Amino acid sequence: MSNTKFILGVYEDEDILLSAIKTIRTAGVKIHEVYSPFPVHGIDDVLGYKRSKLSIVAFLFGVLGTSLALVMQVGMMGVDWPMIIGGKDFIPYPSFVPVIFELTVLLAAYGMCFTFFIISDLKPWAKPRIFDLRITDDKHVMAIDLDQNKIDVAKIDQILKDNGASEVNQKTFDEA
Amino acid sequence: MSSESVIREPLITGGKTVHDVTEDISRRVEEKPTKLWMLAMTISLGLLAVGAYTVFLLLWEGIGMWGLNKTVGWAWDITNFVWWVGIGHAGTLISAILLLFRQRWRMSINRAAEAMTIFAVICALQFPILHTGRPWLAIYWMFPLPNTFGSLWVNFNSPLLWDVFAISTYFLVSLIFWYIGLIPDFATIRDRAKNKISKSIYGALSFGWDGAAKTWSRYETVALVLAGLATPLVLSVHTIVSMDFATSVIPGWHTTIFPPYFVAGAIFSGFAMVLTLMIVTRKVYKLEDYITIQHLEMMNIVIIITGSIVGVAYLTELFIAWYSGVEAEQYAFLNRATGPYWWAYAAMMTCNVVSPQLFWFKKIRTNIAATFVLSIVVNIGMWFERFVIIVTSLHRDFLPSSWAMFYPTFVDVGVYVFTFGLFFTCFFLFAKFFPVINMAEVKSIIKTTGEKAK
Repeated sequence: MSNTKFILGVYEDEDILLSAIKTIRTAGVKIHEVYSPFPVHGIDDVLGYKRSKLSIVAFLFGVLGTSLALVMQVGMMGVDWPMIIGGKDFIPYPSFVPVIFELTVLLAAYGMCFTFFIISDLKPWAKPRIFDLRITDDKHVMAIDLDQNKIDVAKIDQILKDNGASEVNQKTFDEA
Repeated sequence: MSSESVIREPLITGGKTVHDVTEDISRRVEEKPTKLWMLAMTISLGLLAVGAYTVFLLLWEGIGMWGLNKTVGWAWDITNFVWWVGIGHAGTLISAILLLFRQRWRMSINRAAEAMTIFAVICALQFPILHTGRPWLAIYWMFPLPNTFGSLWVNFNSPLLWDVFAISTYFLVSLIFWYIGLIPDFATIRDRAKNKISKSIYGALSFGWDGAAKTWSRYETVALVLAGLATPLVLSVHTIVSMDFATSVIPGWHTTIFPPYFVAGAIFSGFAMVLTLMIVTRKVYKLEDYITIQHLEMMNIVIIITGSIVGVAYLTELFIAWYSGVEAEQYAFLNRATGPYWWAYAAMMTCNVVSPQLFWFKKIRTNIAATFVLSIVVNIGMWFERFVIIVTSLHRDFLPSSWAMFYPTFVDVGVYVFTFGLFFTCFFLFAKFFPVINMAEVKSIIKTTGEKAK
């Protein structure tokens, strides 16, 4: 049983939030995560997040789809049961293009999306930490983990308020 | 003296705040079903029930219940199939292609348009499944599954098989694209839910979404890559549908113009259906501030462009038939325009080529009633287009002694009614239980394109 205690800075406006993140990070406070109701443009840069590699994942799954489609069609039409159809080759590559394309797209899309679900821990039975119910409405919430910061609580409070937070709250999660 | 540049027309009017967006959209999910919704649902379920009876008859008695004969072996079934698939295309165009072009007006309409895509594709799928006569066996007729015949595989030379792969991929990719967009909005409804049941249902649907910046960053990458994948996909789907005809040797069908012409026609009919549905939805749900006249006008402009492409394609077909010097080809087109089905050809020309040109007048394309009427006219026209291409090319084949006419039976009509019932049942369920506008995306543009933006 461990308690995790967070200080939460609530922000109303995304531009104030962005400049607040910058000053708070330069002040040496570690930000656990920022929660928003919609994607905020430029927040990755100020939080120092690297660009997601999911597009590379999509590409690799796409390559897998292309190869599977090719192997499947060549195997079925050319190896397992060769048949003469309209005098065409047993392995008519131009005819294989549509199915190769479709399976490439299908595997790229599903491979990427399921990778996204897994790495972001998105699943129907997930029990998310809800810092504030208004995050999915209209408030941006900056969560600061007290275990990760050696700075005094009152001081963090003050920094948040000085940088445009409309409220500063505390929240503790009991986790087994 | 200071001067200020003119600001673009706001996309969201009424001075909405971010919180207003949540309220306006979530309220529709939370409120008790209205009498109007109950009525609409009853009618849809009625259509579904009547249609289901004819589907039962079709499966019990066999495909002979359709009005097909040995000359016209394809008629309403594939006409309806192509019509529904075409309608689906607008949803993907709005969500994928307009995302790549950074068109922000798509944000108010993409959710409903994508839902329409998915339901339209489900309706389209009924026809290839039912036309097999014994759908419970169709799984290994359509997909390359190991079987006890040797294994005897499907024929990868066949455009009909390409279609199976194209439509199923299109359906699955559209479904996950739509669902990923829904996750943050389900989380909004979860966090507002008052009772336990809806909290746990929307909790499960929202996959534990918490709005973390890291997840949003990945979400945006996923959306962009999916849009990049869905763009060639949507173009490929109707291209492959057109190959069902274009790779044959039937005069009137084997033309190389079919793929682009079918894709333009699909987007044309799809936007018309989006307009029909959105005009009603915005009125009933009072969403005039989100789906503004400007949104309707943009869609009408897409209709003029694609309608004109379709018109040019019709004329090109006629020219090429004459220019080819092939008598059979020339006769196929002469017969289309002046033969026993001249009225279908005339309906197609009027509805698809002439009527959308009215949208050149700003008064007409910004008039809601006119847009509504024309959107229905366009879809009637697009149904006739497929009917004309399919039936008039077949009914007078190579041997004049086997020339015939096609007369639909009540089962033909009934199965079409069945898909209408299915479509509207799905759409009304969606409109009641799912947020009809993508709240998260609309919220992200409130500050820059709302009325208060400066």
